[in-house]
Amino acid sequence: MNSSGDNQTAGLFTSKASANHRRRRMVKDTLTRYAVAFGGISVIIAIILIFFYLLFVVLPLFQSADVEKRASYSAPGTAQDETLYLAMEEQAEIGLRFTTSGKAIFFELANGEVILVESLPIPEGVSITSFAKGQMDQGIIALGLSNGQALVLRHIYRVTYPNDKRQITPQIKYPLGDAPIEIISDEVALTQIAFQSNEEQTTFAVATEDGRLMLSAFIAEESMFDDTPEFEQFTTELELSDSPILKLLMDQEHQNLYVVEQNNTLTYFDISDAESPEKFYQLNISDDGRNVSSVEFLTGTISLIMGYEDGHLAQWFPVRDATDQRVMMRIRGFDHQQASGNPITSIASEFDRKGFLVADSQGRVGIYHSTAERNLAVTELSANPIKHLAIAPRANWMLAEEENGQLQLWHIHNDHPEISWKSLWGKVWYESYPEPDYIWQSSSASNDHEPKLSLVPLSFGTLKAAFYAMLLAAPLAILGAIFTAYFMAPKMRNVVKPSIEIMEALPTVILGFLAGLWLAPLIETHLPGAFSLLLLMPIGILLCAWGWCQLPRSVRHVIPEGWEAMLLIPLVIFVGWGSMAMSPALELMLFDGNMRYWMSEEMGVGFDQRNSIIVGLAMGFAVIPTIFSIAEDAIYGVPRHLSQGSLALGATPWQTMIFVVLLTASPGIFSALMIGMGRAVGETMIVLMATGNTAVMDFSIFEGMRTLSANISVEMPEAEVDSTHYRVLFLAALVLFMFTFFFNTIAEIVRQRLRVKYSTL
Amino acid sequence: MSVNNNAKIGWFRSGTPWVWMSAGAVSISLVMVFGLLILIAARGLGYFWPSDVIAMDYIERDGTEIRVMGEQRETAFVPLERLLEAGFKLEGHQGDVARHLLKIGNRDLYGIDFRSVIEPGITSRTIPDRVIVIERHEWGNFYGFLDEVKEAGKVVAVRDATHAALTPRLERTQRLHDEIKHIEKIEIGAINYQLERLRLKQRKLELNNEFDAQHEQAIAAERAEEEKRYQVLQKKLMDLYEQMNRDSLSVVSIEGRQVEVNLAKVVRVFYPNEMGNGDKLQHYFMKVWEFLSDEPREANTEGGIFPAIFGTVLMVILMAILVTPFGVVAAIYLREYAKQGLVTRVIRIAVNNLAGVPSVVYGVFGLGFFVYFLGGNIDALFFPEAGPAPTFGTPGILWSSLTLAILTLPVVIVATEEGLSRIPLAIREGSLALGATKAETLWRIVIPMASPALMTGLILAVARAAGEVAPLMLVGVVKLAPSMPLDGNFPFLHLDRKFMHLGFHIYDVGFQSPNVEAARPLVYATALLLVLVIIILNLAAIYIRNRLRAKYQSI
Repeated sequence: MNSSGDNQTAGLFTSKASANHRRRRMVKDTLTRYAVAFGGISVIIAIILIFFYLLFVVLPLFQSADVEKRASYSAPGTAQDETLYLAMEEQAEIGLRFTTSGKAIFFELANGEVILVESLPIPEGVSITSFAKGQMDQGIIALGLSNGQALVLRHIYRVTYPNDKRQITPQIKYPLGDAPIEIISDEVALTQIAFQSNEEQTTFAVATEDGRLMLSAFIAEESMFDDTPEFEQFTTELELSDSPILKLLMDQEHQNLYVVEQNNTLTYFDISDAESPEKFYQLNISDDGRNVSSVEFLTGTISLIMGYEDGHLAQWFPVRDATDQRVMMRIRGFDHQQASGNPITSIASEFDRKGFLVADSQGRVGIYHSTAERNLAVTELSANPIKHLAIAPRANWMLAEEENGQLQLWHIHNDHPEISWKSLWGKVWYESYPEPDYIWQSSSASNDHEPKLSLVPLSFGTLKAAFYAMLLAAPLAILGAIFTAYFMAPKMRNVVKPSIEIMEALPTVILGFLAGLWLAPLIETHLPGAFSLLLLMPIGILLCAWGWCQLPRSVRHVIPEGWEAMLLIPLVIFVGWGSMAMSPALELMLFDGNMRYWMSEEMGVGFDQRNSIIVGLAMGFAVIPTIFSIAEDAIYGVPRHLSQGSLALGATPWQTMIFVVLLTASPGIFSALMIGMGRAVGETMIVLMATGNTAVMDFSIFEGMRTLSANISVEMPEAEVDSTHYRVLFLAALVLFMFTFFFNTIAEIVRQRLRVKYSTL
Repeated sequence: MSVNNNAKIGWFRSGTPWVWMSAGAVSISLVMVFGLLILIAARGLGYFWPSDVIAMDYIERDGTEIRVMGEQRETAFVPLERLLEAGFKLEGHQGDVARHLLKIGNRDLYGIDFRSVIEPGITSRTIPDRVIVIERHEWGNFYGFLDEVKEAGKVVAVRDATHAALTPRLERTQRLHDEIKHIEKIEIGAINYQLERLRLKQRKLELNNEFDAQHEQAIAAERAEEEKRYQVLQKKLMDLYEQMNRDSLSVVSIEGRQVEVNLAKVVRVFYPNEMGNGDKLQHYFMKVWEFLSDEPREANTEGGIFPAIFGTVLMVILMAILVTPFGVVAAIYLREYAKQGLVTRVIRIAVNNLAGVPSVVYGVFGLGFFVYFLGGNIDALFFPEAGPAPTFGTPGILWSSLTLAILTLPVVIVATEEGLSRIPLAIREGSLALGATKAETLWRIVIPMASPALMTGLILAVARAAGEVAPLMLVGVVKLAPSMPLDGNFPFLHLDRKFMHLGFHIYDVGFQSPNVEAARPLVYATALLLVLVIIILNLAAIYIRNRLRAKYQSI
């Protein structure tokens, strides 16, 4: 400092040292300018990044499927044999083709090279006449033979890691022994077969060449002497019309048998008791006079996907009707592949999602998801009709066989078929539900669970919680702001304003904890008290005001105007205590000593201990300071000459307040409410701790809710990265972000306008 | 009469009742705020007071007579009908019945720590002498009477002599306990840390194909060294354990059941019914100190909360280090350098609004962007040897403080900008007129003048960060951290570790704990601590802000 001062006095702007010094300063100045600009802009970019990152994670949800052809080769093994069934192993390295000649051909999926050919133990002179899949994830299938017998087999794949490299060895196993089992004693061909098998029971349903429909169950019996179970066979004939059968389908619980006939009738048998199956009903499944050409179960074997002769598709599943009867219902249809003379030839269901692939006679394959009612892609594989279609267990590959015996291998990129606008925001008819509904149930124990990802109950819960919070906070905060800004003595205001503002900084986890552990049990046991408080508090205040006005002047002048709030504090405490204290007596008098019981008996209203009252109180408490602080600023900022003019014209203070001050400040109060609402919507800890977090859609004040934010904090740590669930939670965060950002922006703009207005008044 | 009526109508017309109603709103708000603070304070502070242990003769619901003993915690009044419905036989009673919650302890005997008794069932109530309360490392408190003190199974003192015999023995055991803890936590911890580093070193060399015989030997030698040290310590530990397990107490519960309590399991003993108020006060402050400085015991329901305090403080400090430069630079850019126009207005609104975005959204962003994206990439680039176990690709203290830094960025920006805008233009222009460059003006004039505002912003940011829980649940807090993020092992500050947090501690102990009833007082105490910290920080911010305003009003 000193030296530069000397330089300047010696020869301003002349000496070389000074010039250097100046240059350095200029360089520093420029550097600072760029550094600050860079820093500032990058911070702002970082802020924008939040929005774009959320969007970036969410966007893949709405992408449709991509398919890409990877290989094409003629059917491995003996080409002249007809293909019975195509399958793929989990890693999609090995494919499997069963042929009508009784061979299981394992081949490299990438190039069609044969790895292993296994001849199935089918007796001499007997041919395969029908075929059925069991549980898909177990790779179990059954073959119906021309002599009334059936062969059950599994294709399994052993994965080993010799020299740290994955090696997959395919294998055929015969869980019921490698000799075919006799289903019916007369040697008649089984033209159709359906079966399911588990450890206790294996059940077959077969249609024979001579037009009979038989049910045959093998039930394991505990053997006294060794571990291998013995089977007892029950065979029953089922009654049916003469129309040829298109397909037999049996669910994996061994309970339902569906028979689809070529005359478009579906007959349903209850086979839960294998010894005496019952025919339940019959119905026509032609969707507007179409003919069924192909039928398949969705995973979980509850829904049936029907393919029709014109390319139309429909999903059917049993629904309990008003009389508690299970009735097959058409749930939804898909007509993305519809064209005349274009029958659906093959349907392949995904293993663990409710998605399916559909091939038609024009060589096109469509990818669908049932719950989301979504068609993700329709691709033309070839000009020839497609006969067989297989999907890899991870739903990322498909294998199609054209009519000319050519196989095509396609890679499928289809990560999030479950999500559509409708499945997020619309009523969806889920499997086993009596009607379409909004449901959030993101995960479950079983694998073939249908994810129920409706954001409606969560958004509803969010708004419900915010509504009850605002119900408490808005009147208290705005009235409080009016009094503090306009009527209160300045001395008191200097204390009141900061103390209510400190309330805003109070960690919500503390409010939530008190709400959940202290307030909830208190309100539960003092319910009548809580309601009487609502009534008594205003009455008490009015009575107190009236009483005060009746007092002689000398007494009233002890406390100057503007200190009314101070005066009321003892009253508020007294009324609060009194209501709680007389609660048990009230309960005894009015509700036979138990209001909750009374409510559920007399009114049919359920009661949750952690309900909307609790949330409203706790979150209202959290929101009051936000609204109060902004509204108070707005009212306080109204220019004094306006109110003074009004008072001079003879209006009472309250009239001035309502007709002049409040009117002028109303945009500010509006923005206070908006910001308060934004805070209530996004609040997490209070709702997490003060509600039961069940995603119910119920307006009742005595029931809890699950909000978007609480849901995120509960489920996010458990969601697998990049899974659909993970991305839907990001979507929930994005919804919250946009919602609060929108309301806050409106509030902010209104507030800025108001500031300009005040300055011109 | 009609005059009176008119007066009434006039009174209503004048709007006075409404003024009173609005005053009532303020009163209600104030009662709620201060009521809440008083509630937390009363419950939190009361927890540490050693209350008398009361013995009762009590008739159970089914008519059996028992003796119970414990501390009376809460009393509630229950309508008679409800008790009759529940099966109590209460002939000749009217009105409400007092129901007391007793902390009876002895979880190893009864299975539960608490039970409730109703007043009419109590036939006698005494405050027995010689009641001993034993705080244990396991099974919670024991309430009973001390019979014998044993050394290696042999009785050394009975009845009245026990007190004198117990004190030195307890001190000895505690000394041993501390020593064991030191060895286990610090010395063996360090060895384990070294072994893990060796494993990673070897893995890294293997991954780079540089693992040869020379390296192998070196690592094996180091490993052998560590293992030898471990053996030595292990032996020492065994020895210490044996010594520590020498003494035991034979105690009797109120209903006469005898229990053998090893002294090694005892945290402290005291005789509440024989303590004077001075003793109790001493005990009180000792418990407060334990609460602040000790580690939690028994699934966080007993002991202290030191790791949570430490984690919160460390996380907040890291956050402050991150948020201050960025927030200040952004504010300076917006106020001093950027061209004031529509764009800056939009940015200002956006920044303002970010303060209103739900905190859980920041948590989601932090988890996705910092933890999985940034952390995952850092792991892949710099820590391939640790894989597949993540190092930075998992929630931790660094990501938590980064997330909270972004969350509090708007607070700092807004406060700093306000401070900058309050500096009169004349001062800036004066500096520029004297020949200072813009940077010099900024550095020497503007920033020093705005520094109180900056401090305010920082304090508010710290207060917000200290109380925020929802985002932390996603990006790094745990209920019980095995090791602190700051310890004696190089590089001392472990940014990848998970940590404990006061706010999360409240949530976790209050709602996820298996023994909520026992943990509740501790939660109140924790809440009190958190509230105090946050109120003090906010008061400081308000004070600084007011001083600042006064200062610039005079300019």
